Amino acid sequence: MTTTTTTVKSEKEAQKDRSQARQKEMIANHFKKLARAKEDGKKVVYTFVPGNLAELISALDMLPVLPEINALQSGMRKRSGAFIQEAEKAGHSEDVCTYVKCDLGMLKKGNIGPTDEPLPPPDLLLLSYTGCFTFMKWFELLREEYKCPVVMLHVPYQAGGEITQEMRDYVVAQLRDEVIPVMEKVAGKKLDMKVLQQHLALSRTAEDALVQVWESARHRPSPIDGYFGGVYYVGPIFSSFRGGQDAVEYYKELLEETNDRISKGLGPMTPDGVMPKEKYRLVVEGPPNWTNFYDFWRMFSREGATIVSSTYTRVGGLYDTGFRHDPDKPMESLADYCLGCYTNLNLPSRIDLLEKYIKDYQADGFLINSVKSCNSFSVGQLLILRQLEERTGVPGGFIESDLVDPRYFGKANIENRVQSYLQMLEARRNGGR
Amino acid sequence: MEPTGGAPGRTAADPAADVLEKARVLAEDLALNTVKAWKQKNPGMLAIGHLPVYTPRVMFEAMGCLPVAVFGAGEIDIIKGDSYFQSYICHIPRSTVELGLGGQLDVLDGMVFPSICDVIRNLGGMWKLMFPAKMSAYLDLPQNFAWGLGGRFYMGELKRIAAETEKRGARPLTEEGLRRAIKAENARRRALAELDALRREEPHKARASEAYLVARAGGVMLAEEHEKLIREFLAAARKRTGRPMDNVRVVVAGSFCEQPPLGLIKTLEKAGCDILEDDFQLGLRMIDGDIELKDGMPALESLARAFTERGRDTASRYVPDDTKGQALIRRVKECKADGVVFAAASFCDPALLDQPMLEHALTRAGIPHTSFKFAENTGQFQVIREQAGAFSDSVRLWGGQAA
Ligand code: SF4
Ligand code: SF4
Repeated sequence: MTTTTTTVKSEKEAQKDRSQARQKEMIANHFKKLARAKEDGKKVVYTFVPGNLAELISALDMLPVLPEINALQSGMRKRSGAFIQEAEKAGHSEDVCTYVKCDLGMLKKGNIGPTDEPLPPPDLLLLSYTGCFTFMKWFELLREEYKCPVVMLHVPYQAGGEITQEMRDYVVAQLRDEVIPVMEKVAGKKLDMKVLQQHLALSRTAEDALVQVWESARHRPSPIDGYFGGVYYVGPIFSSFRGGQDAVEYYKELLEETNDRISKGLGPMTPDGVMPKEKYRLVVEGPPNWTNFYDFWRMFSREGATIVSSTYTRVGGLYDTGFRHDPDKPMESLADYCLGCYTNLNLPSRIDLLEKYIKDYQADGFLINSVKSCNSFSVGQLLILRQLEERTGVPGGFIESDLVDPRYFGKANIENRVQSYLQMLEARRNGGR
Repeated sequence: MEPTGGAPGRTAADPAADVLEKARVLAEDLALNTVKAWKQKNPGMLAIGHLPVYTPRVMFEAMGCLPVAVFGAGEIDIIKGDSYFQSYICHIPRSTVELGLGGQLDVLDGMVFPSICDVIRNLGGMWKLMFPAKMSAYLDLPQNFAWGLGGRFYMGELKRIAAETEKRGARPLTEEGLRRAIKAENARRRALAELDALRREEPHKARASEAYLVARAGGVMLAEEHEKLIREFLAAARKRTGRPMDNVRVVVAGSFCEQPPLGLIKTLEKAGCDILEDDFQLGLRMIDGDIELKDGMPALESLARAFTERGRDTASRYVPDDTKGQALIRRVKECKADGVVFAAASFCDPALLDQPMLEHALTRAGIPHTSFKFAENTGQFQVIREQAGAFSDSVRLWGGQAA
């Protein structure tokens, strides 16, 4: 599960910020580098977004490929349906996570990346396994396809609602004894701690700015959309760019844009331009749908509903509860990062976080988008709904779709549900039930 | 005598009839009457439930607790549980919640949720919220099997859970207590291994559906008593007369968590399959061989090492270096099976994501296989019967004895 950003051909008409244009350029450059990786003698690491070790990868001068991002981009580019069918034809069950099937289908169709350039095969499969068991299966499946080294980082689950020293020690020991030695061998060079620390310091700067962007949603109107817009905001930091200067520049610009909107009293950018009037403030739990991303977004933005905060935008790192990468404690902070991603939180902690978002951002309601693919997110969401309503007195809505399987996005049905939900909020506001 | 595929000797005079009936009552004891009776006999002692696949029951026994395997609620109607889970989630969490809300699990003082998949993982969090008075422990089984890494972490996990259980009133975990419990557990393992050997060698004397009941009965018993039950069945089954049937020999894979209904297992048998191996009650067989007690090594380390070094290959366990599917092929060859039947619970991500890799490995090895999905409350077996029948016919006609 994860997020990133790209500009989508089929959605050319959607309006965008300057920072988005910058991000588009960053992504295009990254894919160009990947396409040239073999010629340039660069090693390529396939890895996942939640718990990714971006700073280690870049400190060793390697390039990451993130299969989840390929899957979501295939979804946005309307290619995922065919990829999923391809995987199902090859024997994969209709019941399982569609990210995996989309990625495998893409692989079978030549592994062409989102910029229409072929992706290089991996020199290393780095299975940092955070917040979801499916990742483990996914890389076992990829391992069947590629003959390359694999190294796994087992990240324990925060079942007790906290990161214990034992968990941290276990992750650090794996990094030190297994992960880094294998990475060094593949990279053909030793890890220079100073370089790693520099990357971690850059991460920290970007993370500080991102948190300020998230917190800007306390303003009325909120200058950002923390879910639909939010998936763009997290693109660089969740993926290949965390730990680099580009990400620092991106977040600086994003923060400037956000502050500029605050000073002008403007709402967030939406696919139709700046939102004219904020009518509802919502918190969203669960991933978005990518196949109809802009339709989905407009169901809210055209009704004046801004998503002031969301949990999906925390799957690749939960920074607004205080975590930062720390150059003074490189290994420990890498461990804490992996341990702290949203889907690695237990259900009570997830509810606490949502409650905090609803209260901190003064939301009128919250909505759960339950995706068929993702047990990690979806199991327990109906209990989350009940508990949050009880604790906050704020009404919740529940819709179902999928990440990248277009067969599970019932546009009319979802639209009806969203509209009825917003009407109910309106009626409550006017003194109705 | 059963009309088709049944082993001879299943008459009213079947020497195993009584022990099988005893096992059936224990295996189907959703109200946990056995556990209630045990607690009455052992006042102040705790009963600790655990979800599949593997929880080291022996540690709880060493602390004077009765470990209780919770495998959902089988075929009962789900009234409340469905409102907690979306339709695309497997059945076992909803039936477990149904039991919890219905009070059937009240007798348990705690529940352990081992780390096998996101469903059981999140169910553990739900349990904390829904049953706050009860202990709800998540057992993070390591996926890194190097002793200095995952092994050390796992030892810490076991100690943490032992301490939590002790706080609830269990006896402290002592070296002596654990050694004693491990010896009883090893004896049970040997009895189970004998049962498995009988199934493989004389499947007409011990059918999979029977072995399933006998193994599953152990979910509500201490190892020592379970060993007795297994041995009672073994003695009786060996007395059975009759000849082998002309059945195909299969391994069933993929049912390590949510359990297929007994009727489904019987349907496979009736369709002409001798199920020589399966992973229905994998938790009891998770460790290959004994938990080796060594002089100078703490018993808890022996227990942890047994898992990290000799844990069975299953979908919820990362396979670091062996090629995926090799363990299954080895099992097929060891029991001289003709083929493999994949039976996974619907929406079971671990089993269903594993399956294509296992299927490819089997295909490469020339081992025939077929697959279907089930839910623990599946009531209609006609389609499965036809599919299994067609599979066994094709194996008989075209061969396929594993080389
Ligand atoms: S199950 Fe969810 S978190 Fe895991 S890979 Fe699939 S979409 Fe991502
Ligand atoms: S049946 Fe499969 S998905 Fe469901 S709880 Fe068990 S292992 Fe997890």
